[in-house]
Amino acid sequence: MEFSRRDTLALGLGAAVVTLLPFSVNAATDDVIASFTGGADMADTGIELTAPEIAENGNTVPIQVSAPGASAIILIATGNPTPGVAQFNFGPLAGAQSASTRIRLAGTQDVVAIAKLADGSFAKASSTVKVTIGGCGG
Amino acid sequence: MASGVKPRVKVPKTASAGEVVIIKSLISHKMESGQRKDKEGNIIPRSIINRFTVEFNGQSVLDMTMEPAISTNPYVQFEATVPEAGDFVFTWYDDDGSVYDTTKSVVIV
Repeated sequence: MEFSRRDTLALGLGAAVVTLLPFSVNAATDDVIASFTGGADMADTGIELTAPEIAENGNTVPIQVSAPGASAIILIATGNPTPGVAQFNFGPLAGAQSASTRIRLAGTQDVVAIAKLADGSFAKASSTVKVTIGGCGG
Repeated sequence: MASGVKPRVKVPKTASAGEVVIIKSLISHKMESGQRKDKEGNIIPRSIINRFTVEFNGQSVLDMTMEPAISTNPYVQFEATVPEAGDFVFTWYDDDGSVYDTTKSVVIV
């Protein structure tokens, strides 16, 4: 098969669209982060995210977050169809600003946790989880 | 109302005043994400628990917002301070408007 000038152009355009697609996923993640932080800067310390390095089953991945003194923590799965996972708001009787739960991951991706600390600043931690079997059905 | 929803919570029966206790909560719920399709290719509608709150004698311990990415049978473990004798009230809010709750009492020793 010979490529005409028109075919070549179409191929190039298709390739450009494919390379742009991941950015739309990241944009959804950025929206979730922006709606929580309001665009504020995030420190790297003050929050701890515990996630497995490899999860055999993406349907139940144990995750633990801990941020001493935080008033709220959000969990984000950057590679999921909807990136938001959960938001923990700690009340005055919380014994420690930590919680653990089980989440679904669609595939290998970064899990991000952002905490709103007592002084109003934000802290971020992320961890890459390798997923063998995705957990979003199909 | 989703069928077979049963909350289970593990709270110590006794504590000393001001003690921090670990609480484990689990509710059986299918947490349909709204992403899956049935055999005919129709999307199964989303049906999840979207909020979980814990209060002790009316004071908030935890208020958690859940998205479809929370696994089937949502499990949450957290810590709470017990300042005095009283009741923990756990409440789950379903997408369909149902509210499930359970209460656990703690005695000071």
